[in-house]
Amino acid sequence: MEIPYTVAVRPDTGLNNVKLGIWLFLASEVMLFGGLFSTYVLLRMGAVEWPLGAEFLNIPIGTVNTAILIASSVTMVMAYASLKLGDFAKYKTYMLATVLLPVLFLCIKGYEYYEKVQHDHLPSHSTFLAIYWTMTALHGIHIIGGIAVNGYFWGPGSKMWHTKPAMFENRVEAAGLYWHFVDLVWIFLFPVLYLL
Amino acid sequence: MDNVTTAEGIAHAEHGHEAHELSFLQTYVFSQDHKVIGIQYAITALLFLLFGFTLMMLMRWNLAFPGRPIPVIGNFLGMANAPGGIMLPEFYNQLGAMHGTIMVFLGVVPLAVGGFGNYVLPLQIGAPDMAFPRLNMASYWSFFLGGVVMIASFFVPGGAANSGWTSYAPLSVIALEGQTWWLIGMMFLITSSLLGSVNFIVTTLQLRAPGMSFMRLPFFVWAQLVTSFLLLLAFPPLEAAGVLQLMDRVADTSFFMPSGLVVGDGPLEISGGGSPLLWQHLFWFLAHPEVYVLILPALGIVGEIVANNTRKPLWGYRVLVYSVIFLGFMSFIVWAHHMFLTGMGTTISTFFQTTTMIISIPSVVILSAMFLSLYGGSIRYTVPMLFALAFLPMFGIGGLTGLPLGLTAPDIHLHDTYYVIGHFHYVVAPGTIFALFAGIYYWFPKATGRLMNDLLGRIHFWGSIVAINCVFMPMFITGLAGMNRRLYDGGMQYAHVQGVMEWNAFMSYGAWALGFFQIFFIFNFFWSIRHGKKVGNNPWQSTTLEWQAPSPPPHGNFSTPPEVHRGPYEYSVPGASSDFSMQGEAPGADPEPAKV
Amino acid sequence: MSGNAEEVRKHIATYKKIAWALAVGTIVTVLASYLDVSVALGITIALIIASTKASLVAVYFMHLGEERSQWLNLTLGMTAAFWLVLMLVPLFTFSDHIGVAKTLPNANAPMEHAAEAH
Repeated sequence: MEIPYTVAVRPDTGLNNVKLGIWLFLASEVMLFGGLFSTYVLLRMGAVEWPLGAEFLNIPIGTVNTAILIASSVTMVMAYASLKLGDFAKYKTYMLATVLLPVLFLCIKGYEYYEKVQHDHLPSHSTFLAIYWTMTALHGIHIIGGIAVNGYFWGPGSKMWHTKPAMFENRVEAAGLYWHFVDLVWIFLFPVLYLL
Repeated sequence: MDNVTTAEGIAHAEHGHEAHELSFLQTYVFSQDHKVIGIQYAITALLFLLFGFTLMMLMRWNLAFPGRPIPVIGNFLGMANAPGGIMLPEFYNQLGAMHGTIMVFLGVVPLAVGGFGNYVLPLQIGAPDMAFPRLNMASYWSFFLGGVVMIASFFVPGGAANSGWTSYAPLSVIALEGQTWWLIGMMFLITSSLLGSVNFIVTTLQLRAPGMSFMRLPFFVWAQLVTSFLLLLAFPPLEAAGVLQLMDRVADTSFFMPSGLVVGDGPLEISGGGSPLLWQHLFWFLAHPEVYVLILPALGIVGEIVANNTRKPLWGYRVLVYSVIFLGFMSFIVWAHHMFLTGMGTTISTFFQTTTMIISIPSVVILSAMFLSLYGGSIRYTVPMLFALAFLPMFGIGGLTGLPLGLTAPDIHLHDTYYVIGHFHYVVAPGTIFALFAGIYYWFPKATGRLMNDLLGRIHFWGSIVAINCVFMPMFITGLAGMNRRLYDGGMQYAHVQGVMEWNAFMSYGAWALGFFQIFFIFNFFWSIRHGKKVGNNPWQSTTLEWQAPSPPPHGNFSTPPEVHRGPYEYSVPGASSDFSMQGEAPGADPEPAKV
Repeated sequence: MSGNAEEVRKHIATYKKIAWALAVGTIVTVLASYLDVSVALGITIALIIASTKASLVAVYFMHLGEERSQWLNLTLGMTAAFWLVLMLVPLFTFSDHIGVAKTLPNANAPMEHAAEAH
């Protein structure tokens, strides 16, 4: 007996297995980052003094990074749309962009971290820096994961398009949902850490 | 349907159109079959339960006979832990912290959810396997790795974590290396749980056989579904907190370290500004739903066994379903009843006191429904039923003793005393663990095709029920007298508990007796795999779908997808030719006998 | 391959609009941070803009606007509810101290360092 509803939608739940699975995973991720945002609020409320983001962080660089990540979200959804239109070549182009843009993001972030280390602005310096380093690093790890997954679906995994296109579309959609979530987290992280 | 063993069936598995032979590693070690994974989880968890139990038996020596060398074993514990065989307080604390951690995270939950959930759930809903078999395998191995890390932590300098299973900051932050291992181990375990819970929810929603509507699901499946939502949404904040504590320990951050903390010879060189309460909030945000994770699968198992051995439907199926859903929801908003004595303030304490009182309602409803299910039943006192019956009053005692703890005023007196230990052990030990034993005796024939030995089972039961009450009932007495938790010498140095000290030795003898009676179970379990009485598909004459499959079921479980026509507990249906009608039996297949 | 080509092109048109909206939102939120307002108002504005951007991503890029699944709604609804509970944790921690001046007996700091909890 085959496992049903791996691609087809089950009528009474309105979902296929992968889509439900990825949304459940994202729900748990909301709670993970929620725990960290809650930590931020608690530490800031209880702090004697709390620095402005601009004191330690470079707002223009952060803005550029935000734009990069949003762009990668757009290219991701365009990659998926290309698949739905049957345009594999366009899919490959957009997906490559979706892989390379966050690599650029990480390089810029790496530069930001390097600068901090040079000025001795380590996590141990203050609770602000501690939560900054921790949240951006955890987000960064999620970006690395996304690059790996998207890279797989751009590269070796894309062979599935020729044998099982519907399932491949499904998988790319799931990867897209994850990637949009990573972008979503940064949409909140950027103003909270850099601008407030 | 051939009665092939699960392993053979898997080795010659047909996946879709290609039949291929799987290697030994693929069949037994890195299996993707939910039944094999369920058994892996169950046996690993049982081993951890035994290990955690052993830690407790060691602790109980020092509580009964503080300062006396431990006989025989004392010589092997090492100079760092027990010089001259006399347990050091630091070692006692390791035993305490790891006993809790291992029993909860490596023992009960992996057995209840990973073991029973994995094995039984797909069968009960008529599915060929879990929705994501590879993810299932990954979740087992993540659990296994977490367990290895936890056990390995005993052998690092300074030994295992010793700041309680609750790892409160700042003590846990300044603790020795073992605590870091604890945090890393927890990461693996939390990951395992998260992967598993995604699998369970998708499987239950998507892979139900035709005709298996939600209100026809066995109560066991509902219990596992709610449990999975609890694991999915409550664990991540603890993962976050674990990362933060790791940062505090390794990167010298001050998430949980307040300003001006002085340790030993001087103030700590940290930035300060952190909050120990933050750790407690994040920890208990998980750990309270976690205790419902401990009890819900047990309630599910007891429900199945009670219905089966009373030969009548469970009383109040809908009430049970709504109660278990409400219970799951409420479990997220009661956590700070573990923090009444932190100085939170009366407003917040009152809020949590109220939600805690409210959550007792669905618990009582569920327990009452189980009791009511016995009324008018034809009770068969099989070994599973003995454990399931004992569960009911034991869980009742555990639940009732929770009430003064959930009320802020009496909690002032009872917090951190042995009363608390008695309360939660009643719920988990003669509660959940008895239900798990019941489940093992009940589903063993499904997994192996053989019954466990009946006499050994009865000895196991009676010995355990007597001994376990000897261990835990006196804790209410010593707790009310004010004996504190986590004292390595059983409170020897405190004047206010001198009157109840004699109970320590009594409880220890009970604990060792309890350990002795588990030998019957361990022997029975392994002996019966080869020598138990052989049985067919449905030795207990049960109604649920798993009993339609062969014992043990082959890879893919059902040769054709079963069709469900009935509710889960159609026992003693008027007019039917036998006292049970299986879920897959077509309606009207059984002609009514001539009316007399 | 699958999905009506017309529909997909309509979606693509929408994606492009949303992309611009997100870009504008980013610029607005950076500019807004330079406004001379109280901390509380600043936080509120930033969170409103962020929530709007996040909703656009969720509804249009993640296709949440088109999903019709009760179980998905239930899961996300529960997640949102418990996430809110998590956000209230700091309130629970400080509810008794909000607005109260405290002197922190701090071994490192000088004694006249009286701090107002905020």
